[in-house]
Amino acid sequence: MEGSKRLSAIILAVVIALFLVSWIVKGLAISDSGAALWFSVRDAFFITLAAFLTLAILSFLYKDNPYYKFAEHLFVGVSAAYWMCVGFWSTIVGNLFPNISESLSGYFDVPYKGFNPFYFIPLILGIMLLMRLSARAGWMSRWALAWIVGTTSGLNLIRYLRTDFISQVSNTFVPLLVDWKGVGPFFSDLSLSASGQFTMTLANWVIFVGVFTGLIYFFFSKEHKGFFGAASRVGIWVLMITFGASFGYTVMGRVSLLVGRLTYLFRDWLGLIS
Amino acid sequence: MKLKTLIVLSCMLLGGSVFSAAQEVTDATALTDTAAVAAPRPIADLFARDSENDHGHSLTLSWTISPDDGAGQMNVIGYELYRALSPDGEFELRGKFPFGAASYIDVGAKEKESSQYSPDHTDFYYKVRALTSDPEVFTDSEIFGPVQSYGQWFNTGRIPVLVFVIGFLTTTVILIRRARGGADLFVRRLPGIEAVDEAIGRATEMGKPILYVLGLGTAADIATIASYTILGRVAKKVAEYQTGLIVPCYDPVTMTVAQETVKTAYADAGRPDAYSEDMVYFVTQSQFAYVAAVNGTMLRERPATNIYMGKFFAESLILAETGAFAGSIQISGTDEIAQIPFFVVACDYTLIGEELYAASAYLGREPLLLGSLKAQDYAKAAVILLAIIGFLTMNFGLEGFKELFYISN
Repeated sequence: MEGSKRLSAIILAVVIALFLVSWIVKGLAISDSGAALWFSVRDAFFITLAAFLTLAILSFLYKDNPYYKFAEHLFVGVSAAYWMCVGFWSTIVGNLFPNISESLSGYFDVPYKGFNPFYFIPLILGIMLLMRLSARAGWMSRWALAWIVGTTSGLNLIRYLRTDFISQVSNTFVPLLVDWKGVGPFFSDLSLSASGQFTMTLANWVIFVGVFTGLIYFFFSKEHKGFFGAASRVGIWVLMITFGASFGYTVMGRVSLLVGRLTYLFRDWLGLIS
Repeated sequence: MKLKTLIVLSCMLLGGSVFSAAQEVTDATALTDTAAVAAPRPIADLFARDSENDHGHSLTLSWTISPDDGAGQMNVIGYELYRALSPDGEFELRGKFPFGAASYIDVGAKEKESSQYSPDHTDFYYKVRALTSDPEVFTDSEIFGPVQSYGQWFNTGRIPVLVFVIGFLTTTVILIRRARGGADLFVRRLPGIEAVDEAIGRATEMGKPILYVLGLGTAADIATIASYTILGRVAKKVAEYQTGLIVPCYDPVTMTVAQETVKTAYADAGRPDAYSEDMVYFVTQSQFAYVAAVNGTMLRERPATNIYMGKFFAESLILAETGAFAGSIQISGTDEIAQIPFFVVACDYTLIGEELYAASAYLGREPLLLGSLKAQDYAKAAVILLAIIGFLTMNFGLEGFKELFYISN
C-alpha cells in the first residue's frame, strides 16, 4: 500500500514536471514567433492544458485512474455550468424577457419585441417544474411534465406520421419491372450500368423485399413461425446488412475524430508535424 | 541609305498601326451606336393571388414572359418584381429573377418588427419589369391589383395526414377498449426484454447495482417515453429484490420524470422507504462530458447489468464498449438507426427500433400500451397492403395511386 502511494506520488511529480517543461518550451516557441510575453505564457498554458486533458481522457483506455477522474470531473463541472449559462442567456434573457418586460429587456440590453402574454405560459410551467423543490407543492411539477410530454407527443405523432410513415410508404411505390419491353429486349440489352434497366429493376426488388420482410419482422401480433418466420429471418438479414454498412460508415467518421485529436497533439502541442 | 529605308519603313508601320487602331475604335463606336438596346416588350397576363395552405403573409404571382425573352429581339436578361400599396404609390423591389421565369412567391415576414414584414388583409399592387443588358432600358408591365394575403385555417395539402391520423387513432381507441374489456391481445416474445428479469436476478446474486441509461433524448422523445415504462418495470423489480439502481441523466426534465417513475415503482413494490433521490441524478447536458461521467461510474461501481434504453447518438459505442470492458451484462434499445449497429456488436441483447416501443407494452401489459401496440401492428399490415397495391399500380403505369399520398408543405 505504501509502495503504491509512493509510486503514485512519483508519477504525479513526473506529470507536473512534464507539464511545466511543456509550458515553458511552448511559451518560448510562441514568444520566438513575435508574440508578447503575456500572450505566449497564456497560450502556452492552455495548449499544454488541452494536451494534458486529452492524454488524461485517453488514459482511460488503460484503466480508470486519478488523471482520468480529474479530467472527467473538470469536464462535467465546466459543461454543466456552461449549459446552465447558455440556458439562462438564450431562453430567459434572449427569449422570455424581450416578450414580457421592457424594463428587463433594457436591463439585459436585449431589444424589446413588445408584450406577448403567451410567454407567461412557459414561464408559469417553468415555475411549476421548480415546485419539485418544495415538499408541499411538489405535485405541481407533474402538471408541467404532463403538459410537456403530452404536447410534444402530439406534435411528434403528426411529424412522424408525415415524414416516417406516409412519405416513406409512397416512396416505396416503385415498379418491379422498369421499362419492361419483354424478355428478349431485357436480355439483349442487359447492362450493369447504374441507370440501366437491370440495375434499376434489381434496386426496386430490393426495396420491395426489404420493406415487406422488414415490416414482418416488426410485426408483434404473430409468432415468427412458418411463412412469417422465414420472412422475418430475411427481414433481419436485410436490417443487419444495412446496419453493417452504417457501422462502417460511422467508424470512418470516428477515425477522422481521432485523427483530429492526434493532429492537435502532434502539430499544435509538440509541433512535430506542420 | 539602308538606315533611311529602315526609318521610312518603321514610320510606315507605325503609321499603319495607329491608323488601324483608330479604325478599330471608330468601328467599335459605330457598332455600339447601331447595337443600342431596344426596349423589350412587356410581360403579359400578370396575376397575383393569396398563396394557398399557409399562415398568410405570402402572395403567389404568375405571368406570361415577354415575347423578347428567348425569342423576338432576345434582349430580356431577367425580371424585377415591384409592389406598392396603391397604383400611384411608391413601388418597392420585392424580387429579382433570371429570364424565363414566369412565377414567383412573394413571401414576407409575419413579425411586425421585421424589415420584410408583409401585412395580411392589405391591398397590394404589383408590376413586373423586363430588364435588358442596359440598366436604363426596361419595360414595365401593367399594374395588377388589388390583391391581399391571408392565412388559411385548414391545409388541404395535408388531408392524407388527417386521414391517417383519424384512422390510426380510431383503431387505437377501439383496441384499447378491447384490451380494457379483457380481450387477450397477443404480443410475441421479445428475447431482449425477457433478459431484463434475468439480468436483475444476476445483479441481486452478485450484490451489485444496475445502471440504467435513458440516453440523450428529452422527456418528450418517443424513445425516452418508452424507456420510462421499462425503467418503471426495472425499478419495481429492483425494489423487490433490494438491488441498487443508478440512473444518471443527461436532461434535467428527463431526470425529473425518471425520479417520479422510480419513486412510483418503489411505492408499487411496497418499499417507498428504500427509494432515494440520489438514485436518479443529473450529470450534465454536454454529450461527451456525460459519457465520461457514465464511463467512470461503470468502472467504479462495476454494475452487474447496464441497460441502455432511449435515444442515443455518438456516445452509444463508447458506453457499450466500456460496459463490456467492465464485464456487465448489457441490454440496449434505441430507435436511432445509426446507433443500433454499435449496440448490436457491443451488447448482449438489443431491441431494434420499434421493438423498444413494443417492449414497454410487453412489460407493462397495460391496456393503453397494448392497444397502441396493436394499432401499430394494424398500421404495418396496412402499409404492407398499400405497398403491394402501390407496386402493382406502378407496374401498370397507374401513378394516380401514388398521388393520393402526396403531402404539400
